[in-house]
Amino acid sequence: MTLEKLIFYVLAAVVILSATMVVSRRNPVHSALFLILAFVACSGIWLLAEAEFLAIVLVLVYVGAVMVLFLFVLMMLDIDIAVLRAGFIKLLPLGIIMAIAMAAELILIVGPENFGLQEYAAPARHAADYSNTEEIGSVLYTVYMYPFEIAAVILLVAIIAAIGLTMRKRPGAKYLDPASQVVVKRDERVRLVSMDAEKG
Amino acid sequence: MQFDSTQLIPALPEIFLLTLACVVLVVDLFIRDEQRIVSYAISQVGLILTLVITILVSQPGTQILFDGSYIRDPMSDLLKAGILLITFLAFLYAKDYLRERGLFKGEFYTLGLFAVLGMLIMTSANSFLTIYLGLELLALCLYALVAFNKDSTQGAEAAMKYFVLGALASGMLLYGISMIYGATGTLRFDELAQLVTKGDLNRLVMVFGIVFLVIGLAFKLGAVPFHMWVPDVYHGAPTPVTLFLGSAPKIAAFALAMRLLVDGLADLHGGWEGWQGMLIILAILSMAIGNLIAIAQTNIKRMLAYSTISHVGFILLGILAGTKEGYTAAMFYTLVYALMSAGGFGIVIALSRKGFEAENLDDYKGLNQRSPWFAGMMLLLMFSMAGVPPTVGFFAKLFVLDAVVSVELTWLALVGVFFSIIGAFYYIRIIKLMYFDQPIDETPLTVGMDTRLVLSLNGLAMLFLGLFPAGLLSLCSSAIGS
Repeated sequence: MTLEKLIFYVLAAVVILSATMVVSRRNPVHSALFLILAFVACSGIWLLAEAEFLAIVLVLVYVGAVMVLFLFVLMMLDIDIAVLRAGFIKLLPLGIIMAIAMAAELILIVGPENFGLQEYAAPARHAADYSNTEEIGSVLYTVYMYPFEIAAVILLVAIIAAIGLTMRKRPGAKYLDPASQVVVKRDERVRLVSMDAEKG
Repeated sequence: MQFDSTQLIPALPEIFLLTLACVVLVVDLFIRDEQRIVSYAISQVGLILTLVITILVSQPGTQILFDGSYIRDPMSDLLKAGILLITFLAFLYAKDYLRERGLFKGEFYTLGLFAVLGMLIMTSANSFLTIYLGLELLALCLYALVAFNKDSTQGAEAAMKYFVLGALASGMLLYGISMIYGATGTLRFDELAQLVTKGDLNRLVMVFGIVFLVIGLAFKLGAVPFHMWVPDVYHGAPTPVTLFLGSAPKIAAFALAMRLLVDGLADLHGGWEGWQGMLIILAILSMAIGNLIAIAQTNIKRMLAYSTISHVGFILLGILAGTKEGYTAAMFYTLVYALMSAGGFGIVIALSRKGFEAENLDDYKGLNQRSPWFAGMMLLLMFSMAGVPPTVGFFAKLFVLDAVVSVELTWLALVGVFFSIIGAFYYIRIIKLMYFDQPIDETPLTVGMDTRLVLSLNGLAMLFLGLFPAGLLSLCSSAIGS
């Protein structure tokens, strides 16, 4: 067994184990942390497959940004796990049957008979100075220009939808307007009343 | 490769619509609440202009742009025109409803226009990547629109269900796409079709991929057994959103099916091992469950949701025939259905007012005494949905059944007829309520002149297209082409 294979199997085992932990942990924060582990191990596998750029992006974007935000949200929300778990045992047998059926199908199809090296030759190794970031860059804005633009529009829609759904003016909400506080004049707040002196 | 901006001309409808949506977004920022009508007007005029541009850039033959990501062919032209027209109707019917309930906001139009953009992208997609991105663009807008009424918990619940199931469906679709990409090494439909025709592909992997594609597709179409979201979403969303959701996206879903299954995988169609068998199961289940459960509904939005499911079954019947006649019939059915659905929900909106949603079947009792004209329009729409001649719904069903019989699936046509007879019951029940029962609610209808006019045209179109179906049919037929 070469070193490369060894690394692959270790990383693959980490991915599978941590993915199992993601769905089986009681505490959602732990699940999120295991998901981060799964992402990191995945990016290791991608590095082995010579997809360096994607591996780095996976760590930077998913681990660095998405999952951190996700953890924030999880910690902010008070999630009642007992409610979420209700019905888990009742649905478990059905779930297991479905999972086994899916797994069996996948193993039968995505195996060496259909996707082995006889069917698909191993890709040629690239030299050490080969840059696949450059390769992606050269097609991203030319060949894949149209899908790229659509992805940009989807992000715009996500912004609009998120703001549209969460922005609301509550009628009874009390808030201060600094601008009007600053321009306030003495006359508006203080009323000077001249009174006759009281006679004792 | 030299870049020449005239290459972009076939994609002008999309480019124009994107610009329009951004203009509405920005203009809406600078106007006061009383002037929202401006956003509405820009959107409507823009939709019409997009329609005009679509017609101007249309020409016989196909053009492939953006290195194979984009295709313009007669089918995409006709479907785009249908989507734009139906959206115009949806925005028009929605206006008064939104105004009365304080929902008349720019986001409705921005998100609506972006949804239309997603639909146009789907109809013109020539690669898995483009079609998936178009689908996501459409779906994201629809999720947000379903939750548009922030004070409605029903709406939020429906949006959540729609979002979770929609994400699951997208996952399925992507899994199928990855399988097919693994087996063929191409994302483009035209290259895929050539590889499939050559036939030295691993058939097992291809069929496995198609299973997932069909599951994703069935989710998006709302075919049984992937229909669970349809009634809840139709019921929970504000009625104008239901109208929009139930009409134009059906045309886009038809385009999705045509692009995925027919453009790319036509040669894997045959028999029970190909996608025909899968669609037969979906079609039979959809027609059965849709029509049977619709009978038990007392809420008209839920009833129309189940009716959608049964109509989807019919559309699938046309597609699974796998012939030019079948595709033409399915396209005819889809366009007609979108028009019927828009009209049906349009009547629901017309009958509702602030604080009263006209959702229950009892609210339709005695409509004839309150407004004979609207009752007449509803009569036409319901007869058309049931497939009673001389309305166009009859011809839509007839063409589909004819196509199915001509590929020697007579038993399937009989199943279709059987369930549409069962389905006729609940459509005709509404007619009975309108004409033979005493009204419970005597409040006069207050419907704006524009809605009244367009709704009348929409209803009369059922009759007109039913008397002269040849025009639309020949359009569909030439759109399908070879």
